Amino acid sequence: MALLEIENLVVEFQTASGPFRAVNGVSMKVHEGEVLAIVGESGSGKSVSMLAAMGLLPWTAKVTADKLTFNGRDLLGMSANERRKIVGKDIAMIFQEPIASLNPCFTVGFQIEEVLRVHMGLDKAARRKRAIELFEAVGIPDPAERLGHYPHQMSGGQCQRVMIAIAIACNPKLLIADEPTTALDVTIQKQILDLLMKLQAEHRMGLIMITHNMGVVAETADRVVVQYKGRKMEEADVLTLFENPKSNYTRALLAALPDNATGDRLPTISELFVDEGAAQ
Amino acid sequence: MSVILEARNLVRDYHIPGGLLKKAKTVHALKGVSFSVEQGKTLAIVGESGCGKSTLGRILTLIDPATSGELLIEGKKIDIAKGDMTPEMRRKVQIVFQNPYGSLNPRQKIGDILMEPLVINTDTPADERRDRAMTMLKKVGLTELHFNRYPHMFSGGQRQRIAIARALMLNPKLLVLDEPVSALDLSVQAQVLNLLADLQDELKLTYVFISHDLSVVRYIADDVMVMYFGEAVEYGSRDEVFADPKHSYTKTLFAATPRADVESIKARLAKKKQAA
Repeated sequence: MALLEIENLVVEFQTASGPFRAVNGVSMKVHEGEVLAIVGESGSGKSVSMLAAMGLLPWTAKVTADKLTFNGRDLLGMSANERRKIVGKDIAMIFQEPIASLNPCFTVGFQIEEVLRVHMGLDKAARRKRAIELFEAVGIPDPAERLGHYPHQMSGGQCQRVMIAIAIACNPKLLIADEPTTALDVTIQKQILDLLMKLQAEHRMGLIMITHNMGVVAETADRVVVQYKGRKMEEADVLTLFENPKSNYTRALLAALPDNATGDRLPTISELFVDEGAAQ
Repeated sequence: MSVILEARNLVRDYHIPGGLLKKAKTVHALKGVSFSVEQGKTLAIVGESGCGKSTLGRILTLIDPATSGELLIEGKKIDIAKGDMTPEMRRKVQIVFQNPYGSLNPRQKIGDILMEPLVINTDTPADERRDRAMTMLKKVGLTELHFNRYPHMFSGGQRQRIAIARALMLNPKLLVLDEPVSALDLSVQAQVLNLLADLQDELKLTYVFISHDLSVVRYIADDVMVMYFGEAVEYGSRDEVFADPKHSYTKTLFAATPRADVESIKARLAKKKQAA
């Protein structure tokens, strides 16, 4: 059975100029121990579909789907209270800007122990012990001392490690990483990706990588979903996608990579890809 | 070919004043960097955050003085610490910043943004300023209709075009591009890189391209300089540096760059299968 199943997901936002459809009939499945990458440009609805699955969208959003289940349980029908027991525990998320997603007013130790208190009900000593273990697992040196530090005292890469430690604190079955390395240097990006892949393999987690970097996709994913303007353009395993892309959009996206440049000008997506769906 | 920009042993120290409990400290942001760029060429400066790339960018654009060392633009020595800057010198170097959402004033219309450098640096009459702004808009792929609009009405790629247009208003010889495409989507990134290449051919511009994305650097640069903790650890033509990196940091950097070719994916999948 698939861990997360989404069928025909539609997300609409109410705006002053009428409803805006951010996600338009997207379906996907993630299995246990699988790495799924969702690729697309900004505005393609890749983050919104995942936020919808976690129930984190604001009230202006209208979410409908034929099926939206986690581990066989319907996520759309359940009460907010029930959902909060799953979100943060069994489904965890890592956000793009590590420094912005940690609370600057509290020590990182407080923030990680908060998760352990709310979801696991551990006592103070056990929380601290587990927090140190987690910091060790994500490769933060001097974990006991680091617990007392505030986010501004740490670098971007260290903050992202703290975010990962918080996300995996309750051994989630599914981890959603929303552009986890976009704000980081390439050398740090490599460390963070290696860490995520190691943790994913150790815990047999399902991992969803949301990204716009084709290099990150190539280095991590098992299967890839390509989104464009809220629609799914293609779904394929990673090798097929790079070797033999079916949709014109994917082909245009790969051709626009500077790595693949042949002439002295890059082909742009608007030259190669005509959006047939936009006329509808 | 004439050399537009030459730097000899540039050093920049920042002094951090001490307090009651803290000792005063000196940060060596640049530790003696030398290079030269010929007209119409692109020098790419690569390195991670904190390596002194942006400090160097600030010195090249005559915003900050160097602590020691010489900076020559078109063979003429320039030292802004002495305060002998003329508007003619200022006009020769312009900069395009990383984030087009932050570098354009949200309260100014595009036309005013483009004309402002002329107002400050030249005494061009108003109608000529307007004509030149209109021509520049078309040159960077926008239309005259955009003249009276505000920055929030544009997408990221269009804003970066506006930022490039503003930098070109004074007909500079040298353009410092501080991570100009790293905030942009892949498809838009290709368009902006193409625009930069077109402008370079047309106006014989010289670029100093600051970036941490090696795939972009490999595509656009003629020469590459790799910086690490304020030092230039590698400097040479693009082909030399990419084919045969000498310093261990350059090698680390290459190894860390994600590869999007089929062979690397095959190798990774095979390794994963073995481990399972």
